Amino acid sequence: MSPAPTAIYLDHQATTPVDPRVLDVMLPWFSETFGNAHSEQHAWGRQAADAVDVAREQVAALIGATAREIVFTSGATESNNLAIKGAVRFAMRHGRGNHIVTVSTEHKCVLESCAAMADEGAEMTIVGVGPDGLVDPELVAAAITDHTVLVSVMAANNEIGVIQPLAELGALCRARGVLLHTDAAQAAGKVPLDVEAMQIDLLSISGHKMYAPKGIGALYTRRRPRARLLAEMSGGGQERGNRSGTLPVPMVVALGEASVVAVSEMSAEGTRLAGLRTRMLDRLRVDHGDMFVNGAMDRRVPGNLNVGFPGVDAEALMTALESVAISTGSACTSASVEPSYVLRALGLDDADAGASIRIGFGRFTTETEVDIAADMIAAAVGTQRSDSSVRAAE
Amino acid sequence: MDTYLDHNATTPVRPEVADAVVCALTQHGNASSVHRFGRLVRHTLDEARESVAVLVGVSPASIIFTSGGTEANNQALRDFDGHVLVSAVEHDSVLGAREDALVVDTDADGVVVLGHLRETLASCEGAALVSVMLANNETGALQPLRDVMRVAHEYGALVHCDAVQAAGKINVSFADLGVDMMSLSAHKLGGPQGVGALIVRDGLDPEPLLRGGGQERRRRAGTENVAGIAGFGAAARIALENLDWFAGLTKLRDDLESRLRAAVPDVVIHAIDAERLPNTSCIGLPGMTAEMQVMQLDLAGVAVSAGSACSSGKVAPSHVLQAMGQDDAAAQSAIRVSLGWNSDARDVDRFVDTWVTMAQRRGANADARRSVA
Repeated sequence: MSPAPTAIYLDHQATTPVDPRVLDVMLPWFSETFGNAHSEQHAWGRQAADAVDVAREQVAALIGATAREIVFTSGATESNNLAIKGAVRFAMRHGRGNHIVTVSTEHKCVLESCAAMADEGAEMTIVGVGPDGLVDPELVAAAITDHTVLVSVMAANNEIGVIQPLAELGALCRARGVLLHTDAAQAAGKVPLDVEAMQIDLLSISGHKMYAPKGIGALYTRRRPRARLLAEMSGGGQERGNRSGTLPVPMVVALGEASVVAVSEMSAEGTRLAGLRTRMLDRLRVDHGDMFVNGAMDRRVPGNLNVGFPGVDAEALMTALESVAISTGSACTSASVEPSYVLRALGLDDADAGASIRIGFGRFTTETEVDIAADMIAAAVGTQRSDSSVRAAE
Repeated sequence: MDTYLDHNATTPVRPEVADAVVCALTQHGNASSVHRFGRLVRHTLDEARESVAVLVGVSPASIIFTSGGTEANNQALRDFDGHVLVSAVEHDSVLGAREDALVVDTDADGVVVLGHLRETLASCEGAALVSVMLANNETGALQPLRDVMRVAHEYGALVHCDAVQAAGKINVSFADLGVDMMSLSAHKLGGPQGVGALIVRDGLDPEPLLRGGGQERRRRAGTENVAGIAGFGAAARIALENLDWFAGLTKLRDDLESRLRAAVPDVVIHAIDAERLPNTSCIGLPGMTAEMQVMQLDLAGVAVSAGSACSSGKVAPSHVLQAMGQDDAAAQSAIRVSLGWNSDARDVDRFVDTWVTMAQRRGANADARRSVA
């Protein structure tokens, strides 16, 4: 394999690098201070358990929760599966309803978890979004029935970064006695989240979207009023019976540290990233005045940009941009070349959806990198356009 | 803290494994991304998949990486369309995967009673899946998987094998065993916690437990735990190279047991007549609870466990020992000593000295109480 690539990484919604501070804190837990956090009868196990306790507090503090409400998982996919299938299965088993409300632009794992429940006899309503990517709380309210168990609406979209009106959704769900789950994989650590103020009952977090490693995540599960789940994985009864399996101590410690860093730097970093985004946008507009932006700009995580260039083939653009890592859709589906269902949900046609790219800025992205990448993207778009106009002339 | 003899609970990662983990932690791509960062990560995953495949003699395509043994066991059993049979000494994650599982008896050594397996299979109509572990986590007893296979095949049943405690400790071949599914865990064989695998025979397609993206050939959604998987691969490679060394732990373990028996005649070594893992000893001390033993050993800087780590928050009698016909008192007075890749004779000496003193004092304390009375 070739040595480490020298390229500009602008795909921070797919995954973020591990912050060196996070790496430093987690490493000793692999070897020097290892232990099974469930072996509380000996010193090795207790020190691991203590480290898990600290991390649980740190993750809770990120979202205004208490430590006992945090369930560690292998990532946001598992958190979303557990929240949706766990809550709906529990309700169905106890005859407390069987209806789910979700949104057309949710991550695949949310939609597929809902679909899995539909296979088990649940009903589901999928609410659409406006051209700006935002869901109208009134449409969600109208979709809720007497049988509704759960409303699942993401905090921030993975492709277009738009931030959904969680506080309004929380208030209306609480008033109707329905659980609100939010997939906060793209929002946690990037924008303020408060499960109390927003009245969120279940909230999914992903480590690798916030500078911790891949393979760790968390699910916030409200205690009062209690959000009850049927576990997906049975066994040793860890995580208060919500999720069995030995906790990966170094990974848990990493998620804790990543939360601490995010809390202390969120505000300044948000401003910086928004500046980088404007810089990119301005530069691209100079060459390509017809560029369009997908999703609301004013309600968006600061590190996300999603733009389209009419007539351009985004897949070909990515191939041409070997030294700039961007994407055309979410990573989980980018192996397939179908147009993004998220962009289609905004009302884009196949051509415009297929002409759109996602540019994701992150903690270690510099102004210089943005300038170089912007030049390269603008040039690649220009090249493709002149090639196709030459072909058209012929 | 210097004598750690609880390797069946978790074992520290080897230095080479830590290197592989750190290397992967500094690669920052998503394996599903098509750009070069993504491709580099995919290459790391491919290499690790190959190493794990070699450890148990399967093709890389049959490996589904999971978050650990518990997830692998749950995925293997949870949605099977038919009867599920489990042995009474299985891990909690197997016993808990299906509320409707039929339990097959074991004998005094914790070995599956084949006659009862046959009887139970005969009572099942339709499809059946038998789940029997290769090695027990508490006693180290090995199950006669070949016999289990033979009986299962008589009834057309599938077989899942929880090889979490066996893989990396003894030679394990998926093909030779002929099983249909197998579960592995990285952190039991020198890899990191939070990663494992479900191995599935060609043509079999267990329902995914986690739904979402198309990772792991649509059999397990979720961005891959790249660092964990890289560490798993490195650990699998090193464990395979060191199987002979690991077999040598038998001598250390047997020496430990014979010294205990010489010094404390009423000690009980559970499953001693069974074929066992080289590293595991399940030691019963009549008249002293496991909790008390573990606590005293802990105070002396020796880490062992009372039963399996998953349930050790609550000290209930071991379901494994109960299934072996032990009464509650006996099931509550057994500790597990498990050696690992960094164990040596000094660890054994330290354990034996501490434990024997404690066991002998047990008698003195009881005498003292009697004389006071």
